Amino acid sequence: MSIIETKNLTYTYPGGTKPSIKDVSIKIKKGEFILITGPSGCGKTTLCRCFNGLIPHFYQGELKGDVTVVGLKVAEQPIYELAKHVGLVFQNPENQLFALSVEKDVAFGLENLGVPREEMLKRVNWALKLAGIYDIRERTPHELSGGQQQRVAIASVLAMQPEVIILDEPTSFLDPLGAKKIFEVIYDLNRKLGITVILVEHRLDLTARYANHIIIMDNGKSVLDGEPRKILSSEEALLIGVGIPKPTRLYQMLQKDKVNLNNIIPLSSDEMATVLREALKSQ
Amino acid sequence: MIEARDLYFTYPNGVEALKGVSLKIKNGEFVAIMGENGAGKTTLIKHFNGLLKPTGGSVFIDETETTKATVATLARKVGFVFQNADKQLFSETVEEEIAFALKNFGFKENIIRRRVTWALNLLDLTQYRKTSPFMLSGGERKRVALASVLAWKPRVLIMDEPTIGQDHQQKEKLLQFILQMKTQRKTIIIVTHDVEFVAECHPRVILMSQGRIIADGEARKILTNPEILIQASIVPPQITQIFLQLSNLKLPREVIDTYEAREKLLNLLEKKAE
Amino acid sequence: MSVFEGLKFRRVYSPIHDLDPRIKFIYVCAIFTVAIIFLELIPLMILFLIQIPFVVLAGVKREWLRSMRGAAFLATIIFLTNFIFSYISAGPENTAATVEYACALTLRFIVLVESFSVFFLTTSPDRLGLALEQTHIPYEFCFAFTTAVRFVPVLAEEAQTIMDAQKARGLELERGNFLKRIRNYIPILIPLIVSAIRRSLELAEAMESRAWGATKNRTNLYALKMHRGDFYLVGITAGILTVAIYVRLSFGIPSLNDLLGWLF
Repeated sequence: MSIIETKNLTYTYPGGTKPSIKDVSIKIKKGEFILITGPSGCGKTTLCRCFNGLIPHFYQGELKGDVTVVGLKVAEQPIYELAKHVGLVFQNPENQLFALSVEKDVAFGLENLGVPREEMLKRVNWALKLAGIYDIRERTPHELSGGQQQRVAIASVLAMQPEVIILDEPTSFLDPLGAKKIFEVIYDLNRKLGITVILVEHRLDLTARYANHIIIMDNGKSVLDGEPRKILSSEEALLIGVGIPKPTRLYQMLQKDKVNLNNIIPLSSDEMATVLREALKSQ
Repeated sequence: MIEARDLYFTYPNGVEALKGVSLKIKNGEFVAIMGENGAGKTTLIKHFNGLLKPTGGSVFIDETETTKATVATLARKVGFVFQNADKQLFSETVEEEIAFALKNFGFKENIIRRRVTWALNLLDLTQYRKTSPFMLSGGERKRVALASVLAWKPRVLIMDEPTIGQDHQQKEKLLQFILQMKTQRKTIIIVTHDVEFVAECHPRVILMSQGRIIADGEARKILTNPEILIQASIVPPQITQIFLQLSNLKLPREVIDTYEAREKLLNLLEKKAE
Repeated sequence: MSVFEGLKFRRVYSPIHDLDPRIKFIYVCAIFTVAIIFLELIPLMILFLIQIPFVVLAGVKREWLRSMRGAAFLATIIFLTNFIFSYISAGPENTAATVEYACALTLRFIVLVESFSVFFLTTSPDRLGLALEQTHIPYEFCFAFTTAVRFVPVLAEEAQTIMDAQKARGLELERGNFLKRIRNYIPILIPLIVSAIRRSLELAEAMESRAWGATKNRTNLYALKMHRGDFYLVGITAGILTVAIYVRLSFGIPSLNDLLGWLF
């Protein structure tokens, strides 16, 4: 059962000379952890905005084709309606936080929806705990590190209890440790709560291991779509120029050299170490 | 040559960001300064062009003490490319943006024209000469910022987190670019936490944590030492992690790049039966 | 940028900070009214002294003194202007009265600054925003207010970063004549403005994505409730107002000169 489905989706920004996404047809199943990647300008950010209604309602422009989210047609629903089902976390942590305290920020979406106070307090505390920021709930956003700020952004989206959470390059401004924490939080949300996660990222070496579905875009089109291990070890992925995880790359190179390795394509250093250990032991 | 002697720096709000940093960077060296957020990396490099002056100890650029020179004079020798290009773009055309620093430094008109053309060429921006920098894409704006610094041909090029937000191909281009600058004997200093990037370009690594230098040496030696890396909240490169996990199988430990790894493994692994 | 230091939001706890901003505002308005009622020095002096306990309780002595010092310049002008004009009309034989009159007017000004200063120093921006919301001011304005305060330190840092970036390209802000110096700020202002515009766009996207405008009946995580302290303040305010009006209507207020003369 697809939770998000697009058919021949094409979109041109107002004043744009050519479409930013062309003829994109994809299906995302409920509960998936999907990674969307591709070179800068490939349309992945544009695609995300089609899922929560920012396109076409906020950006206007020309939208052709269909996009359905949680059974709702995006073009026919206002953004605030879609926001109940699809949360979007943006790249820059600073520019998503409005309030003077973490809790008030997490409550922002619920306040907008008119959720009664008792329910709101429950949901806010729940979201704060899931994101691991309960003890900093009274701090002001400016005092927080980038990683903490992003977790506040995630909590504030989580509080609205959407079925889908989209994260658009959430760790661009974070250091590796901050980034890792974010991925762990969202992986947990996916595993434990069954929330469908759509992660747009360049850093495949850190994220490929979490995904069970990957889409690689290039020039506005969805070029590769399927299972991460197969796709990331393919020639095509290499040619498009995405950042194939180094362990996968090493595996690919050794395969080409006709080395005797088992057939489980690694996506992380741990997995590659296991592959090599077996290969060395069997000698 | 850049030299810091027992450098201490405390911010006006009381935070002691640098606690006795001493280092020497020779002309033509390629250095990566790494460390966790708040380690003091950016504070340190801001001393190299005089934006910050030491509260204790001293910093010398080519024998001149930074407290005895203005930022403009030091900037002439030490070019600084900030993390976010948008914090400096303001001109109506890319051409003017590149000429800005040249004008500030008092270059003559004809030299300015030549340098602008040269810089545009170098960074593949010639077709945007008369375009407004605000109309360009993120990656292009970064190149404009870089061009505007290279135009005055500083002997030292410092880049603060040049790989942030860059996709794989952009990072490759950056790497090529740095290697090109190396052949021109420029001193290059990058501040980064991108271990994978550092693993590919093999600079001298200066590792910082909590205002102090905790390691200084070859990338190969430092990036394969997890105990010291963890103090700076850094994880070894993916390739190194593989080899560290296999260290009990008598594999070499100090491997940081993919090609090298492949070489070493080819010698040890059987090929598939034909 | 020390200008922004004072505006940086710091969380302070004191009984005065905890008071409901709406009640505090009513109190300030009451002080304002009483200050207007009286033209005589003695009541104004009493009014000035009444507020000191608030300053002490709130622990904002240093900041309060700073705002008083800021008002000193204007206060001096008010004193001199009033003194000179009254002197001219009343003549040299009434100097004592003239001085007292000018002092009274100056003190009135100072009392106003004092009470507003106490209000702003003891009310954190988020409580102020909350108070605005609960007095049914349209949410858009309250939001604009708290968001503006939230971003002040961000903008301050950004301005610093931009200055550093341009200085690193040889820009010398302090060089040149007056006109040149103004032009030197263009490379600082433009990136700042562009960044502000870009930030607004990103904020708008985030707002929309969190269901902005879903319903006109917005709820609130917090609610300002009146506590004991607030009721005391209501009492004090009512008391001051009543006493002031009664005194004004019933008694003649002696001038300081008369009082001093009567004492000695």
